[in-house]
Amino acid sequence: MYRYDEIDRAVVAQRVAEFRDQTQRFLAGKLTEDEFRPLRLRNGLYMQRFAPMLRISVPYGLLESAQLRRMAHVVRAYDKGYGHFTTRQNIQLNWPQLERVPDLLAELAEVQLHGIQACGNDTRNITSDYLAGVAADEIVDPRPYCELLRQFVALHPEFYWLPRKFKFGFTGATVDRAATLTNDTAVHVRRRDDGAIGFRFFVGGGLGRQPMLGQEMNPFVPESDLLIYATAILRTFNRFGRRDNIHKARIKIVLREWGRERFRAAVEGEYAKLKASAEGDALLLAPEDIERMRAHFPAHPYRPASEVAADPNGLAARDAGFAAWLKRNVRPHKVSGYRVVIVPLKAPGQPPGDCTAEQFEALAELCDAHSFGELRSTYDQNLVLADVPERDLYELWRKLDGLKLATPNVGLITDIVCCPGLDFCGLANAGSIGVAEDIYRRFDSLDAQYEVGPIRITISGCMNGCGHHSVGHIGILGVDKHGEEWYQVTLGGSPGSDAAIGERIGRALARDEIADGVERLIRAYLELRCDDDETFLECYRRLGMEPFKARLYESEAEEAAA
Amino acid sequence: MTMRILRRRELVEDDWRLVQDGSAPIAGSERLIVPLARLRAEREMLLASAAAVGVLLPNTEDVEAVYPEVRERPLIALTFPSFADGRALTQAAVLRNRLGFDGELRAVGDVVRDLVFWLGRCGFDCIVPRPDQDLEACRLALDQYTATYQPAADGRTPVWVARRARAAR
Repeated sequence: MYRYDEIDRAVVAQRVAEFRDQTQRFLAGKLTEDEFRPLRLRNGLYMQRFAPMLRISVPYGLLESAQLRRMAHVVRAYDKGYGHFTTRQNIQLNWPQLERVPDLLAELAEVQLHGIQACGNDTRNITSDYLAGVAADEIVDPRPYCELLRQFVALHPEFYWLPRKFKFGFTGATVDRAATLTNDTAVHVRRRDDGAIGFRFFVGGGLGRQPMLGQEMNPFVPESDLLIYATAILRTFNRFGRRDNIHKARIKIVLREWGRERFRAAVEGEYAKLKASAEGDALLLAPEDIERMRAHFPAHPYRPASEVAADPNGLAARDAGFAAWLKRNVRPHKVSGYRVVIVPLKAPGQPPGDCTAEQFEALAELCDAHSFGELRSTYDQNLVLADVPERDLYELWRKLDGLKLATPNVGLITDIVCCPGLDFCGLANAGSIGVAEDIYRRFDSLDAQYEVGPIRITISGCMNGCGHHSVGHIGILGVDKHGEEWYQVTLGGSPGSDAAIGERIGRALARDEIADGVERLIRAYLELRCDDDETFLECYRRLGMEPFKARLYESEAEEAAA
Repeated sequence: MTMRILRRRELVEDDWRLVQDGSAPIAGSERLIVPLARLRAEREMLLASAAAVGVLLPNTEDVEAVYPEVRERPLIALTFPSFADGRALTQAAVLRNRLGFDGELRAVGDVVRDLVFWLGRCGFDCIVPRPDQDLEACRLALDQYTATYQPAADGRTPVWVARRARAAR
């Protein structure tokens, strides 16, 4: 992974000093709440319902064991003993005290973690494929480009005070595992027939109010021009993004109001001007810049298959628990003799994405012992040990199982994506964790989950959509109606290569109806599917909304008829 | 009343007067900064009577389009309605990097010390802090960070270029 040099370390240390000063000025009454807000947000600090929330950036979801050990320490010393992984692959702490946040950040800085630009109207943490570097379908490893761009947008003089937040998502594979099109800018790293590497750029994605998917701006920007094209997009946004209404300030609104062609003409025009100028020349990446960054992400020293390969199916035949885990949580690796192990943060009773200090610590041990000391976080709020020798699988499973980190439910109905909701978040209109728990209980048995098969349920406690409800196969959005929690249901969304925004099915359901409602939708699917292989999403796309709608509101129709 | 401002990294007395009001009378020999609209309306009179004439551009102005009208001005002032509204940073970057404006570039409005570092990087060589700001703290904020990850109007070497040189050694 990328390791800080003394330059990076100095910047992060100076950042801690700057924020310490800002916090002291606020506590001394020299900064108003309105003045302090944009400053603390740019350090990941959000004022929540009960306490500040600190969001810690995990660039492209890559962590190492020393960082996990430090996380275990800080959640004990500054919080209530757990952290929460988000859909942007970040970690959030829900209970730090404002006075102590500068010290907390200083401790994180020692292991190259920080909250710089984790919140606020700036360029946010860059997300990427959690299988980068190990996926068989990968064209180019996106991480060196993520890191080049991460550094470029860090404390960017021109783009630090944008109209609204701005998110980049990268993939270098054919399958999109990072929901890239839901980002303000998606970057798909591609290789042309002549071998040249470049970037397919999409702009204008975003969830929250008026969810939209990114639209193509340029099919192939040369590798050398990554920072130039990003500058063209950000400059266009900084100039033309609306600042009169926070709900209309994302770049997607400019795109919608202008139309794609006018918007693309503006970005491409700015790109052309940059390309023809000394300003653009100064932004060109030289091959050596890219090579130097690529060297930070080398292939691990994989051992020959003869030393690590094993046929885990032999063990699976003797142990049903291991067999289920192997089937659901283990993925192929591009190197023979290795596997990818998904570690779901979705055990029964566990709020989706939560990770305790003990789990952080144990995961540090496990990734040191079995996966070259690295761990990844995923868009689905799970974790990944990306480089596990096949011979280690059984031992690893037993250890994970003891930590409640081996629930064999990856990609199934209890693998629910969910924001913290009204239990913690100051923005939320309704609870989300409780809804996730209710749905989980309905389908707790593994047999029931396997019967339903692959499905994505996503829950957000408000319109901002941190739980990505708009791109769930079944999406659930909490709304407040006269002080009561209600839930709007959307169907047919997807964040991946077949990305789509879900469609609202009908009237919202009350808190005590929502789990029943989901169960009715699932029963409808099980009856309607053409065979066991047709997934919920495929079935919905084949049949459309009507049969699902009829089943969801069945009892109302009966009452109306009576 | 004159006020102290930060010009080319030093605290000095301001020798310009900003006339925001479009119709306020002007005295003979002043160095005046007037809004673009007033410059357009009274250009000949202003140039004939004032000691020097600078121009204040709204942060919604397309600086490339308006540049022919303002390029001869010795001073362009750009405005921050709120310190978190960064549109004038792009205006400054374009004026300096693309259009080559080499007169005084002045930041006015809700200019607080927490914005100063970014102003300096984008090519503002004159910063007029909000009256309640600690001027010495503003001056020090110009050097808040010792390393920078981007090329910008201040000419500092971006980190990745510095790494090229280091690798070559």
